[in-house]
Amino acid sequence: MPLYLTDDQMMLRDSARDFMAGEGSIKQQLRHYRDSNCSDGFGHALWKQFGEMGFTGILVDEADGGLGLGHVEVGIVLEEIGRNLTPSPFLMTAVAVVEALRGTALREKWLPGILSGETVATLAVDEGPKHRPETIAMKADRSGNGFRLSGRKQFVVQGASADFFVVAAHSGEGLTLFAVEKDLKGLSVEGVRLADASIGARIEFDNVEVDSDAVLGEVGEGAAILSRMLGAGRVGAASEMVGLGSAAMGMTVEYLRQRKQFGKLIGEFQVLQHRSAHLYSELEIARAATLKAQQLLDEGSEEAEAMISVAKAKTGSVSTLAVQEGVQMHGGIGMTDEYDIGLYMKRDRVLNELFGDPNYHADKLARMKGY
Amino acid sequence: MTDLDAFRQATRAWLEANCPPEMREPMRDESDAVWGGRNPVFKNDAQKKWMDAMASRGWTVPDWPGDYGGGGLSPAETKVVRQEMAAIGARNPLMSFGISMLGPALLKYGTEEQKKLFLPEIARGEIRWCQGYSEPGAGSDLASLQTRCEDKGDHWLVNGQKVWTSYADQADWIFCLVRTDPQAPKHKGISFLLFDMASPGVSTRPILLISGNSPFCETFFDDVQVPKAQLVGELNKGWDVAKYLLGHEREMISGMGLGGNGESLGAALAERLGRDDSGRLADPLLRADLARFDVDSMAFRAMSERFIDELKAGQGHPALPSMMKYAGTELNKDRHELVMAAGGSNALEWESDSSKGGKAAREWLRTKANSIEGGTSEIQLGIVAKHILQLPGA
Repeated sequence: MPLYLTDDQMMLRDSARDFMAGEGSIKQQLRHYRDSNCSDGFGHALWKQFGEMGFTGILVDEADGGLGLGHVEVGIVLEEIGRNLTPSPFLMTAVAVVEALRGTALREKWLPGILSGETVATLAVDEGPKHRPETIAMKADRSGNGFRLSGRKQFVVQGASADFFVVAAHSGEGLTLFAVEKDLKGLSVEGVRLADASIGARIEFDNVEVDSDAVLGEVGEGAAILSRMLGAGRVGAASEMVGLGSAAMGMTVEYLRQRKQFGKLIGEFQVLQHRSAHLYSELEIARAATLKAQQLLDEGSEEAEAMISVAKAKTGSVSTLAVQEGVQMHGGIGMTDEYDIGLYMKRDRVLNELFGDPNYHADKLARMKGY
Repeated sequence: MTDLDAFRQATRAWLEANCPPEMREPMRDESDAVWGGRNPVFKNDAQKKWMDAMASRGWTVPDWPGDYGGGGLSPAETKVVRQEMAAIGARNPLMSFGISMLGPALLKYGTEEQKKLFLPEIARGEIRWCQGYSEPGAGSDLASLQTRCEDKGDHWLVNGQKVWTSYADQADWIFCLVRTDPQAPKHKGISFLLFDMASPGVSTRPILLISGNSPFCETFFDDVQVPKAQLVGELNKGWDVAKYLLGHEREMISGMGLGGNGESLGAALAERLGRDDSGRLADPLLRADLARFDVDSMAFRAMSERFIDELKAGQGHPALPSMMKYAGTELNKDRHELVMAAGGSNALEWESDSSKGGKAAREWLRTKANSIEGGTSEIQLGIVAKHILQLPGA
């Protein structure tokens, strides 16, 4: 398969691009919900429009009412989300959680609401300030017909708005994933606003009773589903960062073409030209790595997992370069809240931490390669 | 089964039958490359057999038309041949500036007679070419070149000096930029000329480099007579040919970034560096550097695949070879810095047998030229800034 988008994929990109730049714009979404101090951090109306556009069903099988497309198509939408910093549950709900539901009995219960943009769902995986899914401590003890969950989770993105959480915990039989509904007794969710104005949550599980039918897949066999779910989230976040970095660069290059100092356009200065060209080069490489990972994932290739880590690590460091150069080259106005470039810097920081930062993924790649 | 699947099966079978086992081993160093030419050097029979077998099918240049010695394959078929060669670790049968640089320029700008004359010889590895571009006073500012070419009615007369002419002392012919109109603005008085290095008045002198090797020469032209039919493209429009060819040179050099055949550098070096009890490479900071390098290296490999796929589909920005050249050569320098760091004092040995004659150190030094030859990194960044980012005054 050639490493570029097909005609159908270009059409999807065009419609996602128009939609995010219009309905999903910074002014209409991010700034609106931030400045109105919204406790969700995103608009439910826009989420329903995602459903109408079909975006929520990209990864859902046609037999379940979705489009039956793949991670390349998911990435196309996320790149446009990244460009416009559009706040939505898309990455968590329509990508990671949908991937976790794939092939499980819980599809019928949860997919219709996700497809229509009514339901919000998210992951509760991280337990400390860094993403370390290898060392999950949360316990799920057998109790009657089900399990009792105890422990705590954090950085649960959109956790304050979620109808259910996909929770990773250790049962006696091994790592197990549960779909935990929000209103259960013993569950306390504390919404926390993050630097980018999104709302994450800290969640405490105090002997939360769940039925055995809340188990995703089989008891003790959650590791494979977790890996699939995190893989989808990681490469999705990579696409979002490709979009974010590209937009930050585009805005900055445009500024270099307008701003005058010393009687010259600052874009005439070679030092800024070379730094911009280096950034462009890095962004194109990150974009290629991300598309490669998505194609491998859609083909079911064994090489996908390593390439996903490459994509997440590379896009993470490159989008950070893009926003740092962005603010620096904008100079003083880059520090103002009125200009959008700083919003990109904040979102980049969040996306870098989400699903593992570049160090985590470089280390993971080294382990996969046997060193 | 699709036609392409059938082609893949046939290709696999043919390669299996025709690629000698020795030619499936990685090249140990540059001296293992086969360059062809009038007086070709083969280290063993397998090298010759492999080059001839590939040339007989036109597969030294799979995508060139059959009339000019190529395989006449489609982009998809060409990709299959490369993939199947890579799958068995088959070496490049013929290293050639004729294939990677001159050929594409002749296909675009050459007359039918020039194509019929020169391309099949290139494809069969019969003539070895060198590139006469840089001069002592024309490095990054290549268009300021001064080598004079005068119209003497029935021939051209060439006088001047080139420098950094790769393997000029071993080449049979040269493709050369010459000044045909000294009065015109510098880009508009240049022509693109081909001539035999055995012509009277041509002499070469190898340049000793910091690696201790001499892959480059100074090349002198003293009243060299060149037949009129050997000018490519229009008179005084050689800069267009030169730029087009430079794009192909940059693509070729960017391939430096693909060193290691896709294997993890960290994994390769871990065997030598030792591991801790958990199986990790024992030096944690070097391990981190290697892990970050492997990320960059695998990402660049994806970029190369995308670049080639886009090129074959006629997509992609025309200035992308500059970006590829910049990224690929900087990456290759990083690779060799890490190889040296991992080798420690062993890698410093310059002549010993155990160091294979200073292989690591000499290769490390050789890579420093990557970001200079074919246009420096700074020139490439300038091209990206001007043509892709459209920054002012670049």
